[in-house]
Amino acid sequence: MMLTLAQAGEGTFWFPAQAAENAAKVDDLFYFVLYVSVFFFLLIMTILSIFVIRYRRREGVEPEKSPSHNTVLEIVWSVIPTALVVYMFYTGFTGYLEKRTPPTGAYEIGVTAQKWSWNFTYPNGHTTNVLHVPVGVETQMVMTSEDVIHSFFVPAFREKMDVLPGRYTKAWFTPTLVGTYDLFCAEYCGTAHSEMITKVVVHPQDGPDSFENWLREDSDFLTKLSPVEGGKKVYQLRGCGQCHSLDGTSGNGPSFKGAWGTERTLADGPKVVFDENYVRESILMPKAKVLAGYEPVMPTFQGRIKDEEITALIAFLKSLQQ
Amino acid sequence: MSTTHTQTAVATAAEPDYLSCSKGWKSWLLTLDHKRIGVMYLIAISASFFLGGLFALALRLELFHPGKDFVDGDGYNQLFTLHGAVMVFLFIIPGIPAALGNFVLPLMLGAKDVAFPRMNLASFWLWLFGAIFFVFVLASGGLDTGWTFYTPYSVEAQTAVIFAATGAFILGFSSIFTGINFIVTIHKMRPAGMTWFRMPLFLWGMYATAIIQVLATPVLGITLLLLIFERVTGAGIFDPHNGGDPILFQHFFWFYSHPAVYIMILPAMAIVSELVSVFSRKPIFGYKMIAYSSVAIALLGFLVWGHHMFTSGQSKLAGAIFSALTFSVSIPSAIKVFNWLATLYKGSISLATPMLYALAFIFLFLIGGLTGLFLGTLSTDVHLHDTYFIVAHFHYVMVGGTLFAFLGGLHYWWPKMFGRMYSARGSAIACLVSFVGFNVAFFPMFPLGAKGMPRRYWYYLEEDFISYHQLATVGTVLLGCGLLGIVVVLLKSLKNGERAPANPWGAATMEWEAASPPIHHNFHHTPAVHDPYDFGDLRFDPAQGGYARTSNATATATH
Ligand code: HEC
Ligand SMILES: [Cu+2]
Repeated sequence: MMLTLAQAGEGTFWFPAQAAENAAKVDDLFYFVLYVSVFFFLLIMTILSIFVIRYRRREGVEPEKSPSHNTVLEIVWSVIPTALVVYMFYTGFTGYLEKRTPPTGAYEIGVTAQKWSWNFTYPNGHTTNVLHVPVGVETQMVMTSEDVIHSFFVPAFREKMDVLPGRYTKAWFTPTLVGTYDLFCAEYCGTAHSEMITKVVVHPQDGPDSFENWLREDSDFLTKLSPVEGGKKVYQLRGCGQCHSLDGTSGNGPSFKGAWGTERTLADGPKVVFDENYVRESILMPKAKVLAGYEPVMPTFQGRIKDEEITALIAFLKSLQQ
Repeated sequence: MSTTHTQTAVATAAEPDYLSCSKGWKSWLLTLDHKRIGVMYLIAISASFFLGGLFALALRLELFHPGKDFVDGDGYNQLFTLHGAVMVFLFIIPGIPAALGNFVLPLMLGAKDVAFPRMNLASFWLWLFGAIFFVFVLASGGLDTGWTFYTPYSVEAQTAVIFAATGAFILGFSSIFTGINFIVTIHKMRPAGMTWFRMPLFLWGMYATAIIQVLATPVLGITLLLLIFERVTGAGIFDPHNGGDPILFQHFFWFYSHPAVYIMILPAMAIVSELVSVFSRKPIFGYKMIAYSSVAIALLGFLVWGHHMFTSGQSKLAGAIFSALTFSVSIPSAIKVFNWLATLYKGSISLATPMLYALAFIFLFLIGGLTGLFLGTLSTDVHLHDTYFIVAHFHYVMVGGTLFAFLGGLHYWWPKMFGRMYSARGSAIACLVSFVGFNVAFFPMFPLGAKGMPRRYWYYLEEDFISYHQLATVGTVLLGCGLLGIVVVLLKSLKNGERAPANPWGAATMEWEAASPPIHHNFHHTPAVHDPYDFGDLRFDPAQGGYARTSNATATATH
């Protein structure tokens, strides 16, 4: 069971399901290295055990003299491992080149990582926190971070790439299996690093669940939902909930519960009212007015958030009054 | 024979050993005696190991259940950071060289002390000073950056980064002092007749390690200073928000920290080379190959740092070069394993406790080394990087390798250090329990990581990860029991262990010609130089309860 090769669709002793084109190649190389390792491990441990038993110390018996050096043997045991690792290096390298060379014309999704959520932006400008991709299509992630280093890791795709602030990195894959898979942040990023988890949904080519359909429906939720419901969805999608709770507990940022209309004290003294303009400014220029008692850690959403979304958010925040 | 024996006894009676030759805490803290400094280091690093171990235990207990048990995300982040930082900077890097090396190295050379005894003491004081900074860190809000201090996280983290970086900086100097001392001592104080290739392999290992300590540690120092500078002034060296480059930090950091892995493993290999040879009464097979491979590993080790960064966004070409160089280090390591194996062939193998550790080392280091192949291979590393597979791999190397070799060395030289034998049975059982516990704790992490469990997570969702985590926690507790057992057995020997003979194991290196424990000046007369791996004229002498040379050389070694 331990050494059976991975089959698409189900996990094995070693791996989760293979859900992208390159996954099988990675697994095959892994198993090659595994077989070589197991072989040498067993070989060496068997010889070692035989020696330890066969040549165990006996009172008054001196060990036979045996050579302390043997050129042929030493060359053999240097050359064989060298040949094996050359093969490992080469296969790993070509696999890596493929992984790291995105095809031209791939479907592009923008990825913004921030403490501690993911944002995926589709070509039509729509954003989500869960990654949605079509099956069988070469898909490229163009990634950047708002704050510290994160890492985009989808075990089922065998793909991992760090996401850095101040520059773009890329990852690409061709999903092969419709389903929902884990997406982790793999580079330590602080308090809620282990909660910086989301899902990848691989959609079928056609049918009601197809990627096209999903994207169309999901994109215009603001026109479909009431402003309050739409605002709630924006709150979830944009990751405001990572720092602002709805139940009165304060986290990295203040809770939104009952905040609307109240007077807030800023870090440098003056007071402001929690109203439409204050909310808008907080979202677009969070550092302009910093609330007393909090660190200025809120990222700006300038250029990422649409006016309709802010309007919906405002409606949602109003609805939280008591 | 019997006359020389009584003469030795008379001499020992006339001259007290290094432990009892002077009294009072000043005679220890201000001592220039390499043996006392070694013993103080031993106590200090053991205490650090205990502390780091407590952090590890807390981590594993938290992970027994998927959700929150007794610490939250921030608490967990502190625990794994402090576990890593304490174990790496306070225990494993100084571990073998500063504690065992300090004690043994001059004795192996038949010398009275290291070349610069004052610098040696300064190294210990620097270690203490650095450790105090870590105590500050604990007292002032802890540290949550991971022992790797990656930027920009470490630039903006609210914890005691500056204290910790200063502590590590100072510890770096302690390590450099030890390195310089060993290099000069080995160059200048070898006795007449001990050419480079008649040196015990332990000395080759120490020498190779010292080179890395001296050449690589300054880079860590500079990097940490730059980090402190960045935090204080916001100069924009590593922080992209001020125009800096966070990847630059990773290059700097691993330029030291990868060679540091060899600071940890080369001394371990050096000890194992001694043990395998002594306990099979066979000259070490392929002496020159082992000696050269130590130096080869030390030098190549400088050129592989980029293999920590295959997913960081460094160029494909850099990835290829670092992968190829990484594989090239695997060859000298493999050769060493084959050499140890060949040494056992037709030997007279005793399974005394130090040898058990040497065999455990070979088992564990093999797993650690072979799993390194998965990580040197570019395409598989992309999947395995930053998962539990890595955690398992480096614990097999650093704990399975370095810690087990350290314990092997400790059990081997313990009679020399303290003049007492420990319970053979008790120590063998403790070794076995630790070995089993270690494997139960860390082996499950290989499949766990390959399945996709990222490291540094205090929290996990997947149903099927639970059993692996629980197994690992059980193993950790078992390992803890084994380690505690070792401490009990060794401490008990100090109280009521049998008196150790000068040469309990029949080893041919020079430290065994000194009394157990040695006198303050180590030897009454400079002992004659022998082939360090020729056991032919060493015979068990029931009168002494240990081994003695049958040839005339003994006469020159005593009065
Ligand atoms: C990384 C954590 C974080 C995220 C994500 C975040 N904020 Fe904030 N936010 C803060 C912090 C901290 C403050 C208080 C300090 C300040 O005013 O900048 C704050 C302040 C605010 C305020 C003023 C609050 C008050 O009580 O006076 C508003 C309004 C606000 N955020 C809205 C949002 C919205 C809407 C989102 C999502 C689009 C969001 N924030 C996302 C951390 C965050
Ligand atoms: Cu992250």
